[in-house]
Amino acid sequence: MESASIALGHAHEEEHHGPPEANQSSRIDRQTLGILLFIVSEVMLFGAFFASYFFLRVVVHPSSWPPHPYELPVAVAGVNTAILVSSSFTIHYALESIRRGNRNGLKLGLVLTWMLGATFLFIQLNEYVHLGFSARDLGFGSIFYSLTGLHGAHVFVGLCLLTFASIRAFRGHFGSEEKDHLGVEVPGIYWHFVDIMWLVVFFTVYIL
Amino acid sequence: MHNPLRSEQDAFRWLLVIGAAIVSAIVLTLLTRPVVGVVWTALLIGFGLGFGYRSARGSLPRNVEITKGGDGRFRLLVIANETVQGEELLREIRDRCRGRRCEVLVVTPALASSRTSHWTSDIDEAIELARQRMELSLIEIKRLGLKAKGEIGDSDPNVAIEDALRVFAADEILISTHPPDRSRWLEGGVVDRAREQIDLPITHVVVDLATGRALP
Repeated sequence: MESASIALGHAHEEEHHGPPEANQSSRIDRQTLGILLFIVSEVMLFGAFFASYFFLRVVVHPSSWPPHPYELPVAVAGVNTAILVSSSFTIHYALESIRRGNRNGLKLGLVLTWMLGATFLFIQLNEYVHLGFSARDLGFGSIFYSLTGLHGAHVFVGLCLLTFASIRAFRGHFGSEEKDHLGVEVPGIYWHFVDIMWLVVFFTVYIL
Repeated sequence: MHNPLRSEQDAFRWLLVIGAAIVSAIVLTLLTRPVVGVVWTALLIGFGLGFGYRSARGSLPRNVEITKGGDGRFRLLVIANETVQGEELLREIRDRCRGRRCEVLVVTPALASSRTSHWTSDIDEAIELARQRMELSLIEIKRLGLKAKGEIGDSDPNVAIEDALRVFAADEILISTHPPDRSRWLEGGVVDRAREQIDLPITHVVVDLATGRALP
């Protein structure tokens, strides 16, 4: 909404220089709204990959999944899933801590989340090395690496965000007021999204 | 309808619910056949969408953030559009500012002619009309010897008030409308909502432009 400001009387004494104050018509802060809109676009991106996945599975390889002779390490992926889901609890702990003014809890939660996320990524890369098939092997190989790789890239981005948040936390940034810990809140929302997407990927790719 | 995902706490709750749903689907799939898991998942998605829709209905109770002044000035926030030059409103402003160091902010919401105009941002004409009314109103207030400034606000009067309170430390709010039988703001509950959400004295001024004259 356009804003116009007209001052009369003695208002010129306090005349504002520079660009006008931005109106904030949304009832949610801009950073959180930004990450939510970003997540909506990400859901659409994942949706496109899932559409390809189900097309390949139902139309191209309807007889068996994964197609013979390939196999997926369900147990390892299950453990990895537990690790990633745990990291949502630790980032939530970090945020609950800073909401109560507990800075040590914030640091601990962030570091634990980062370590769990890095462990997830390491195990996934290790899984890629030992799978025995590549992205060139049938549509199955392509879509498997595309979906899990797309998710892995999101975990990597999340780790970068957590790194920035951790550095800031150790440098004394963030406070208990809502506006003072948006730098953790926004990566936290993103991290939960990444975890939810992995649960969906794990269920559709490894279990179904 | 409100956004059910507004914070990390909401996102964490969603994770727990979706996680529990997926675990149940995984267990069912492993115990039976994949097709059972697919059917169960479809049911859960349908149930989840329905539940999400139901829980997102209605507005959340909330309080508007108010900037604090503390310099001894009396600050009056006036919300008015077509009635911004009304005699009754100018009289209320004059009465409140009599004998005080007073500062007035007139916020004139730019009213889009239709919902389509609002959604397509076709509001240039509405902004221009609001600006003209506001400028004339400021001239009238200046004639009363008061310090005043004006601003074009959001087309939703309650949002316009909320925006103004973030930067203007109002001590009282005047909301000016047409009489009840002709006021769309009153029909939409603008005054009642403002009283629910804002912890400041709010006065509703009815301006009947059919009988109103300029203030002597």
